[in-house]
Amino acid sequence: MNMSHALRAEWTKLRTVAGPAWLLAALVTLTVAVSALATAAVSCPSATACPVDEAKLSLTGVQFGQAIVAVLAVLAITGEYSTGMIRVTLTAMPRRTTVLAAKAGLLAALALAAGALAAAGSVLAGRLILPGHGFTPDRGFALLSLANATMLRAAGGSVLYLALIALLSLGISTMVRDSAVAIGIILALLYLFPIVANVVTNEQWHRHLEQIGPMTAGLAIQATTDLSSLPISPWAGLGVLAAWAAGAMLAGGLVLRLRDA
Amino acid sequence: MTATVTPARTPRPAGRDGFAQLLRAEWTKFRTVRGWVIGAVVAVLLTVGLGLFAGAGGSSSCASGNGPARSGAACAPSLTTGPGGGPVTDSFYFVRQPLAGNGSITVRMTSLTGELPDLTANPANQGLQIPMRAGLMSWAKAGLIIKDGTSEGSAYAAMMVTADHGVRMQADYTQDTPGLPGALSASDPRWLRLTRSGDTITGYDSADGTHWTQVGSTRLAGLPTTAQVGLFTASPIDAVITETFGGGNNGNEAPSQATAVFDHLGLAGSWTAGAWSGDYVGGGNYAPGIGSYHQAGGQFTVTGSGDIAPIPSGPSAPGGPSITITNLLIGTFAGLIALIVVATLFITAEYRRGLIRVTLAASPRRGRVLGAKAVVIGSASFVAGLVAAAAAVIVGKSIARRRQYVFPVSWATELRVVVGTAALIAVVAVLALAVGAMMRRSAAAVTTVIVAIVLPYILAVASILPAGAGDWLLRLTPAAGFAVQQAATAYPQVQALYTPNGGYYPLAPWAGLAVLAGFAALALAAAVLLLGRRDA
Repeated sequence: MNMSHALRAEWTKLRTVAGPAWLLAALVTLTVAVSALATAAVSCPSATACPVDEAKLSLTGVQFGQAIVAVLAVLAITGEYSTGMIRVTLTAMPRRTTVLAAKAGLLAALALAAGALAAAGSVLAGRLILPGHGFTPDRGFALLSLANATMLRAAGGSVLYLALIALLSLGISTMVRDSAVAIGIILALLYLFPIVANVVTNEQWHRHLEQIGPMTAGLAIQATTDLSSLPISPWAGLGVLAAWAAGAMLAGGLVLRLRDA
Repeated sequence: MTATVTPARTPRPAGRDGFAQLLRAEWTKFRTVRGWVIGAVVAVLLTVGLGLFAGAGGSSSCASGNGPARSGAACAPSLTTGPGGGPVTDSFYFVRQPLAGNGSITVRMTSLTGELPDLTANPANQGLQIPMRAGLMSWAKAGLIIKDGTSEGSAYAAMMVTADHGVRMQADYTQDTPGLPGALSASDPRWLRLTRSGDTITGYDSADGTHWTQVGSTRLAGLPTTAQVGLFTASPIDAVITETFGGGNNGNEAPSQATAVFDHLGLAGSWTAGAWSGDYVGGGNYAPGIGSYHQAGGQFTVTGSGDIAPIPSGPSAPGGPSITITNLLIGTFAGLIALIVVATLFITAEYRRGLIRVTLAASPRRGRVLGAKAVVIGSASFVAGLVAAAAAVIVGKSIARRRQYVFPVSWATELRVVVGTAALIAVVAVLALAVGAMMRRSAAAVTTVIVAIVLPYILAVASILPAGAGDWLLRLTPAAGFAVQQAATAYPQVQALYTPNGGYYPLAPWAGLAVLAGFAALALAAAVLLLGRRDA
């Protein structure tokens, strides 16, 4: 039994239940919808300065989409535990790390594919909506385009962000095994950092919280303006999220190896 | 003799289908699942712990000290306190004399002009002379004032003409009553009068000096027999109020000034005119200190800057770090997530284990089963929320006071915030239960509820969306419920950034909670309907 068999088995499991397909469809459509709504909610009246980061704004939906990616990843492993399928899986494939690696690879690939569609759709929505809301080229707002290197970094980085969220979620849910608890922990980890950082009055603590939070640091990849004021630089921020994901996968792998299934 | 023998019989058990029995059954389920009880305890600990963290706000800030006005060992900034206990600005130019006993003062005001700093200039030029242009702050004000003394924060009552808000009577910083509307000009002057009778000050206005209308009346408890009476001018600090695009309202700010022209100054009653003297009241760190007056014939020209007003809480409050008790309840979000998980599992676990079929066989009236579950999980969450919120606020305040300024609130507000938080948590738990009953899948239900209540808050408060769009999110989504935690007071007579980011919600506290409760009620109704129609 090698990796390709493991991948094929996991692909069959994912493909033959209805849930994952629906979740991926929801990921693409809802991410684009939230991005479009956020973009439509912002306008720049004439004769005012609008310090808006168009790239970040047009990719707002990623903050919603990540929750769907998390559910997808959580169900990929906890579904096996709740039905007892995990025992069959591990009997057929005794090398447990291979099973986890196959799941991780497959989930990351799915998140990359769906995320790419979602990000491209969001940027397209921004390109169509923003000029009608006062963000016109003659006022210094370039039309959003993936041919622009910074914009490509923001959009492509968002896709990588979603893939890393899938890995982070897979790692945590492999440790926890219960879907409700796992998704609670993941969403708390993602959403609590920006909320708590917002009320911490000490500048340094505020910055540190934003630097270590997986969502606050990871989404720095979407910033294209005023980079010097960011708590963490775009790629370093994505690196922080990658570290979170790696740590979670490592801990998940250890738990899977050491604990009875 | 035959005796009737009653056969021995065990007493018939009371009906098992009563609502009380159902409640007992559901309560037994809840308290005997260890994970759920642990979840509720974790919710309380997270709520309190994060609250204390927010209260501490970073003790290291005391050592590094990057803000102004920190007093010695204590790191909390010292703000002037008004008679009501809240922080106030009290700086203006005062042309005054001490007057004893009862009496009245009348004046005609013919002009109010001013100068504004040119804040579009490069911020890097701060420290250099900021160029001024003609213009008035919306709440620039001038008129008559009777004041306890010249110390900052002392009691007062004043009749004034404002730049854009007509004649007002204001007293003790927070009171504000409108009088004659409209702008002032030489051809359309305003007459103002203040009358003292014991502790009571009454304000009047008039357009012609003969027909007077009472604007308001106020009692200044403990006003000494001899009060400072006279003319004043104030004009608030001008700040660039940037919309919170991407959070952070880094404002450029500089003092503005106003100049008022008065004539027909007259005293009546036991007040007799002595010499007028002019000086600037309030020399705090935030007082611009601009002011002068000159008297020619019967005409007084008074120039002043500063403000006599309450300080609203929020990021624009001066004097270093400051928080409200709302900030101490930031852990509510963590507690909510934990309780959402527990409340969802309270129903979805029954589906996963097949227990739901036993439950429904024992109690075939399905709607009542869900009702009993809602009562149990709602009450348990309410109690957990009450304990957590009370502890976070009480302990958090004592920690926070040593490190940052905590805006004082009345005990009624504090009670509403704490009880409201408990109610918020209970309503969200019921919402999670209902969504769980509809979806039957834990992961999907937990995600739906968390995303529905937490994400709109993040987008409104800590994201790139402008305040206007954020306001709508906090009106229409379940996140509206957080309004019940608002401790900040918005003052119409003070221009400031009243946005969600600063702790100001678009809906009134209970109205916001009602929106959330509406979502929960709809979800519960839909869940009851589905539970009745579908196979378990």
